Amino acid sequence: MPEPAMTAPLVLCIVLPLLGALFATALPGRAVAVGIVTALVTAAAAVALTLAVWEQGTLHLVLGGWEPALAIALRADGIATALVLMANLVALGISVYASGYFQDAIRIRSFWPLWLLLWAALNGLFLAGDLFNLYVMLELLGISAAALGALTGNREAIAANLRYLLVGLLGSITYLLGVAFLYTAHGSLDIGILAAAIAANEQLFAVDAAAMTLMISGLALKAALFPLHFWLPPAHANAPAPVSAALSALVVKAAFYLILRLWLDVFAPVTGMAAAMLLALLGSAAVLWGSWRALRAARLKLLAAYSTVAQIGYLFLFLPLLVATPEGPARDNLLAALLLMAVTHGFAKAGFFLAAGLVQTNAGHDRIDELGGTAQRLPATTFAIALAGSALIGLPPSGSFIGKWLLMQQAIATGQWWWVVVILAGTALAAAYVFRVLSRAFGLEPTPLRFITDPRAEVPALVLALVSVAVLGLASGPLWTLLGLSGADA
Amino acid sequence: MTAQLLYGGAGLMLFVLGIWSFLVHEPLLRKVIALNITGAGVFHVLIAVAYRGDAAPPDPVPHALVLTGIVVAVSATALALILGARLQDSDDDA
Amino acid sequence: MSWDAIDSLLPVAIVLSSLLPGVFIFLVDEENHLLRTVLNLLGAVLKLALVGLLIWGVWLGQPIETRIDIAPGLTLVLSADALSVLFVTLSSVLWLITTVYAIGYLEHSPNRSRFFGFFSLCVSATVGIALAGNLITFVIFYELLTLATYPLVAHRGTPEATRGANIYLAYTLSGGLLLLVGAVWLRTLIGPVDFTVGGVLSGLPASMHGQLVAIFALLLAGLGVKAALVPLHGWLPQSMVAPAPVSSLLHAVAVVKAGAFGIVRVVYDVYGVELAYQLGLLGALGLLASFTIVYGSVMALAQDGLKARLAYSTVSQVSYIALGASLLGPVATIGGMVHLVHQGIMKITLFFCAGNYAETLGVHKVSQMDGVGRRMPLTTLAFTVGALGMIGIPPIAGFVSKWYLGLGGVTSGQYWVLLVLAASTLLNAGYFLPILYRAWFRPAPAEWPKEHHFGTRFETMGALLWPPVVTAVLCLLAGLLASAPFSPLEWAQLIAEREYGL
Repeated sequence: MPEPAMTAPLVLCIVLPLLGALFATALPGRAVAVGIVTALVTAAAAVALTLAVWEQGTLHLVLGGWEPALAIALRADGIATALVLMANLVALGISVYASGYFQDAIRIRSFWPLWLLLWAALNGLFLAGDLFNLYVMLELLGISAAALGALTGNREAIAANLRYLLVGLLGSITYLLGVAFLYTAHGSLDIGILAAAIAANEQLFAVDAAAMTLMISGLALKAALFPLHFWLPPAHANAPAPVSAALSALVVKAAFYLILRLWLDVFAPVTGMAAAMLLALLGSAAVLWGSWRALRAARLKLLAAYSTVAQIGYLFLFLPLLVATPEGPARDNLLAALLLMAVTHGFAKAGFFLAAGLVQTNAGHDRIDELGGTAQRLPATTFAIALAGSALIGLPPSGSFIGKWLLMQQAIATGQWWWVVVILAGTALAAAYVFRVLSRAFGLEPTPLRFITDPRAEVPALVLALVSVAVLGLASGPLWTLLGLSGADA
Repeated sequence: MTAQLLYGGAGLMLFVLGIWSFLVHEPLLRKVIALNITGAGVFHVLIAVAYRGDAAPPDPVPHALVLTGIVVAVSATALALILGARLQDSDDDA
Repeated sequence: MSWDAIDSLLPVAIVLSSLLPGVFIFLVDEENHLLRTVLNLLGAVLKLALVGLLIWGVWLGQPIETRIDIAPGLTLVLSADALSVLFVTLSSVLWLITTVYAIGYLEHSPNRSRFFGFFSLCVSATVGIALAGNLITFVIFYELLTLATYPLVAHRGTPEATRGANIYLAYTLSGGLLLLVGAVWLRTLIGPVDFTVGGVLSGLPASMHGQLVAIFALLLAGLGVKAALVPLHGWLPQSMVAPAPVSSLLHAVAVVKAGAFGIVRVVYDVYGVELAYQLGLLGALGLLASFTIVYGSVMALAQDGLKARLAYSTVSQVSYIALGASLLGPVATIGGMVHLVHQGIMKITLFFCAGNYAETLGVHKVSQMDGVGRRMPLTTLAFTVGALGMIGIPPIAGFVSKWYLGLGGVTSGQYWVLLVLAASTLLNAGYFLPILYRAWFRPAPAEWPKEHHFGTRFETMGALLWPPVVTAVLCLLAGLLASAPFSPLEWAQLIAEREYGL
């Protein structure tokens, strides 16, 4: 058992935003101040957690002294911590941006409690150690996300987010049925205990496989895996910009994280090449279809939303390669590349949406064909879009360049070269949709005097985009260390 | 044992019926009700799982799950209905 | 600080010496002309000084290398050998001159901070390509160059500029993808691909040769786009919409050279000439290069736009480098390598002059050039030196290149090279001599299309006039002093000696 000082951040990551949500509700007049303070301390807790995991490896904590089945079990391993760190830094950027984004009092009062609640659910989801707490967090996340998305208040936003809410509910109920199956078969909900039980009881394969199918289908709906992505573009495109950023960069990622967690930890003995191939095929379809629709999108935020569909698709391409690659440095690299892609997309997409929101506020609309002048008036924001865009394309130096490089390397090495074709097509399409926007930024409009005009809105977008490119693209080695992977030269 | 199977099987049927209804019917209210039925199906399964014979007390874990699940389902339903009402309002305004 | 530490920091310092000023330039207020100029020149001069150190170190044979692990198994290697020195020096010298030219050229146009920011990034990417010590580093900087040049081509903001830039991007990014796949594939086969004199693939079993040929095709397709090998050259005439300093930099130094340099790297330092020859790759490359040389010249004949004519001339001339690399034997290598520099200084002179005609007189077409020689004698003199050099008239630099290429063809028994060179020289003369005739011997029109007076005692603004004069002098010196120490020719000989183990 690690000392309390080490495990404290584990609890704080969830409790702090929850407390913040309470205070923001109780003190609506000071919601912004409460929100910013909470964002700062929560992000600090996430950094502390990262340092603790960096030094100690995986952390476990069982709250309240109950036995694992009933207690709330928390656990932070490398994968969870990497995502927590990404999510909390991104959420901090979104909070700074949001503090200047909302103008009327009603929206400010509604935004902050919901946003902090979502943040707590997100951290809870990444850190939960048992399947039922995961379910609760999943629901909390879905409900707060849908409520936030509808804050825009117009008809499209409400309709899209209502659909998002209902679809999300369907997904989590399906997941819960899978959980019921697992509990029936193995009598536990703890991830570690279940993993051992599933590995030990091969005669229960049918139940386990059914549970896996239910749980992963439910989560695939929430992760918007093609063809279950239909709800995502309208919901993400119509939400307020900071919410779009959170939905696309973080919330969808949380559902994918759960799939990955189940795939790697719980169902490892049940997963096979057939299931992996199916998911990767759907992922390929997502890459191609999402990128194509992004290219055809008339509006900037819709483009970004379809791009999310495509980017989630890439993550599923890793599964058959993970199955085909034996334990060793090559598999380590593959796993790290998968996390790198997910983390990079988190930073890049958040930066993209925040920048797109500013363009929208300035232009009064976000129709791509008419954005030229605005893009040229806001050089820092256009720059953020360009940086985030190159991370979405996978151009060097960006985390996704390294991710795609390792992905293609392993695809060739395992003889599954067809994924390379998918990646190339997706990359070319991504370049086309990103530069479709950027090419409008070079017009004949008057020159802006300064690089940055509105620091509170422009700096978070720029910093997030820059992280996805410069930090993750040039120094991703620490991710391997955090994940506890050697990944020596494969 | 038979009662348990019956109860669990009925739960599964509710689940399937709920999903079918959710996919087929357009009106919001029906979708919300369908989701609740789907959820109820899962809760049935969990309650059946908790049964450990007439002599032994039932397993508390699935019961806890069901209670939490109901709370979640109620709040989600409430939010869905509010959003639905807003939608209705904006349609009336238009 | 010890010499070892300096040697391991020098390459990265050379890249940063333009990268960091570039980043700061973006942040400079549009009207702060002075600060931007100071940053520009500071970076350029500092880079030149660092390159001086680098040349000295490579001359002494010291290992100069920076290694940065970007991920386990993926290492960014910046190192310097004789070949890098050739390209790095060319880029750094011409960057300084072009910066001066661009400051004058863009004096009153909008978006200067954006322009010079990307301009600096572009040079950083170019020296990164020059110093890349392994294939992944090369790929990274090669893609960065694409990104950094796109805004420069699109800079004017007119619909034609946007269109030209998008065509440029479509070509170069597609090429970049092919290059990427080739690089990943090769990485999968043999592990990290460090550039090594004599190649790294000679030990592979014959069963892998099929894959090696396929990989070469991918790499060549990726590199051929930037090197403007026919049929991948389509972007080059289209991107002529860019401002003159960009055309100079794109077509003389950065982009086309990056492609040609990459081909040379792949042939010499990845495959090795011997293996490339055995696999029949050199023959294919030579054929492609020869066709491009003749095709580009023929197309140049038909262009009336001065920049378009120069662009097709570039298509043709850059392939001399690939031709040199495709012939087995040290003499041809010398010809190809030395042309890397010679073509650079000659072509940049011509583009500077074209920019001067356009800015001072509004002359954009060959048919408008009657009598420009008397109105702008120094510019036209510089143009004449560049043009005669391109044709191959001694003692200008271009003669040296063609001499060694021809000799290389003869020593390797490939006599058809002489035919290609002869045809190309005739065509070069065919499209350059009429310009010189018009400029010097035809009477000037009563009125120029759009004349500017800059209020100096010279024919045009000083910042526009001196860069082409300086580069024209360089063209002469490179030819006259070809056998002096540290001349481009001597470096080319050094490269050839090291590659062939002489």
